[in-house]
Amino acid sequence: MGFFDRLKEGLSRTRQNLVQKVEELVTGRQHIDEELYEELEEVLISADVGAEMALEMVERLRKKVKEQKISDPSELKNLLQQEIVALLGQEAVPVKIEQKPTVVLVVGVNGVGKTTTIAKLAHRWKSEGRKVLLAAGDTFRAAAIDQLEIWGQRVGVDVIRHQEGSDPGAVAYDAAQAAISRGVDILIVDTAGRLHNKNHLMSELSKVGRVLDRALPGAPHEILLVLDATTGQNAVTQARLFGEAVGVSGLVLTKLDGTAKGGVILAIQGELSVPVKFIGIGEAMDDLRVFEPQQFAKALFGQEETGE
Amino acid sequence: MAMFESLAEKLQSTFKKLRGKGKVSEADVAEAMREVRMALLAADVNLKVVKNFVAKVKERAIGQEVLDSLTPGQQVVKVVHEELVALMGGTSSKINMSQKPPTVIMLVGLQGAGKTTSVSKLALYLRKQGRKPLMAACDVYRPAAVKQLQVLGNQLDIPVFSMGTGVNPVDIARGAMENAIATGRDTLLLDTAGRLHINEELMGELKNIKSTVKPHEILLVVDAMTGQDAVNVAETFHEQLGLDGVILTKLDGDARGGAALSVKAVTGCPIKFVGLGEKAEALEPFHPDRMASRILGMGDVLTLIEKAQASMDTQMARDMEQKLRKAEFNFEDFLVQMQQMKKMGPIDQILGMLPGMGNMKALKDVQVDDKEMKHIEAIILSMTQEERQNPQLIKDSRKRRIARGSGTSVQQVNNLLKTFDQSRKLMKQFSDMRGGGKKGKNKAKGMFKMPFFK
Ligand SMILES: Nc1nc2c(ncn2[C@@H]2O[C@H](COP(=O)(O)OP(=O)(O)OP(=O)(O)O)[C@@H](O)[C@H]2O)c(=O)[nH]1
Ligand SMILES: [Mg+2]
Repeated sequence: MGFFDRLKEGLSRTRQNLVQKVEELVTGRQHIDEELYEELEEVLISADVGAEMALEMVERLRKKVKEQKISDPSELKNLLQQEIVALLGQEAVPVKIEQKPTVVLVVGVNGVGKTTTIAKLAHRWKSEGRKVLLAAGDTFRAAAIDQLEIWGQRVGVDVIRHQEGSDPGAVAYDAAQAAISRGVDILIVDTAGRLHNKNHLMSELSKVGRVLDRALPGAPHEILLVLDATTGQNAVTQARLFGEAVGVSGLVLTKLDGTAKGGVILAIQGELSVPVKFIGIGEAMDDLRVFEPQQFAKALFGQEETGE
Repeated sequence: MAMFESLAEKLQSTFKKLRGKGKVSEADVAEAMREVRMALLAADVNLKVVKNFVAKVKERAIGQEVLDSLTPGQQVVKVVHEELVALMGGTSSKINMSQKPPTVIMLVGLQGAGKTTSVSKLALYLRKQGRKPLMAACDVYRPAAVKQLQVLGNQLDIPVFSMGTGVNPVDIARGAMENAIATGRDTLLLDTAGRLHINEELMGELKNIKSTVKPHEILLVVDAMTGQDAVNVAETFHEQLGLDGVILTKLDGDARGGAALSVKAVTGCPIKFVGLGEKAEALEPFHPDRMASRILGMGDVLTLIEKAQASMDTQMARDMEQKLRKAEFNFEDFLVQMQQMKKMGPIDQILGMLPGMGNMKALKDVQVDDKEMKHIEAIILSMTQEERQNPQLIKDSRKRRIARGSGTSVQQVNNLLKTFDQSRKLMKQFSDMRGGGKKGKNKAKGMFKMPFFK
């Protein structure tokens, strides 16, 4: 199966909904009218794009239609798709694995899929022939360490762990040292889920970042914020506040195998421009895909393209 | 971002623009309804739910109560608020208890919603009511989910039934039932694996558990941060299982929680509990009025306005609200506030209504001390008008004069100045926090202490 098919498979629900709606909207129409714009706006809002962003996108669409003197309703779909791609960036932004070890810190609110994403990333990078090490930095949630440990066994990578309740900074420090001494390519650090409005927990996170930098200057090289596609407009605040606390270099959008569309990433791009790097489309370790803005937008609007 | 600007403020400015025209027209109401729509959407209320809701509110707004009002902005907010509360239903955190024990409660929901934590919270909550809970680990899929429940059970000293991960969850549920009967536990709580509502196989598993142990209560666990998709999820779970209620989790975050409204609207099921933190105690009964204020992004300011209106003239109330929000109040306002207080009710209640303040633990045991109140009043009365407006002017010699004038000590004056300053800063922080995310200032916890609070 080519990339596109796999992506499409995971996204099929997401796709169906939006595509069908857009398709329904434009077929059988003779003119582009107010009602059509309004309906497009509603499609976007229903995809969690957010009312403000949806308005903005429809405004841009309106302008383009005027500029390019478009009169055929069916062309709106392409235009809207172009807008989305323009917002998300043209190219996939890869995780740079230049340093040895490269340290990846994974952060996010409770239950979004951090630990599972770490397993998926480990699996991905291990299959590329890299040596991966995990750090069980969630010392808070009951059995979080065991959860990562089980994933480590399944994937076949080592896990650095301390006891439940211990200092996550200490785990991170040890893990960084271990990564250096064991000649590891990539160290992925798990963290406890935390709500971004809890300042003490956010400063704990900043500290983990500083400790990593102390253990290995320049680390963490990549800070991935995991977002649940089911989340609504609060994801914008999450991105902003995690960004302020630790500096986020990329987003991972999980649970796109459900019916939620994850449109909030458009609102996030509108405000913060942090690239989405991966998407999660299931609970198994191979359910991770590189986020390709072009293909993503196309898949959303049902335009086929031959895979890899 | 404008998202956090409250609806009340927006509507007030909308109507201010219209004031010159005298009477409010239907078109004005339509304009106001657009603001209501945006506010609800920003809070993640489902679009369809919003549409129905706005239609309903509009009907009432076009009726006499708003058009004839002198304060149409506030009137609209009031109507919106009332309708929201009505839609979300009454407070009903009652669990259907079976005559014949054990009562079986099953928690279901999407991945990561907070089921396991909620199971342990609910078990603790019920134990406090004198029940003997047993928790059963039916999540055999997520790595270490069984262990997680065991650890929580251990911490709370509540027994956990498990059969490892190699057994069918339906059999685990049956085993748990037998175990509860054998060990005399009167309440059985089933933790189930998170699953997508569109996963037929796993939804089928829940149906099998349901027909096997016949739960008296099936609760859907919903993350307060959920967006538009909440309706699809709730609708499907309800169709397939027949829900009895909802637990709304992670409400200690800053999501406006419009999902609460969506879920209630599509299932008709009451929201019974809310989760307010990661600790086992952080479970509370649901309050529709608080939720309505939160969805509208305005704390309980509405109640505050009403209270103030009952005792002060409207202009004064409006000014007060503005000042409290912007933390611009000075000793003069403070004095007015104190003098109005007897009419308005206890200050702890008033402060509790301010956005962000309602959740503060520190306020729970705050009490007003009459004697100290008199001292404070005396101190403020001994200040000059200039000093009341600019407390930073009050340096040593002025302090001595004020102390002498009010029959108090310099230390008492100092105390008042300090705590006044602190609480002003605190209010500033709260409004900043609401204002969309300044960080790094949670130090305020526990330091909130006015001299007359014990
Ligand atoms: N359907 C689906 N489920 C996912 C996906 N990613 C994670 N999950 C599930 O979401 C649930 C929570 O995932 P975790 O990885 O434990 O989330 P977390 O962010 O580490 O959670 P905390 O550490 O408790 O904050 C688990 O049941 C995962 O299997 C995904 O892409 N799709
Ligand atoms: Mg985790």
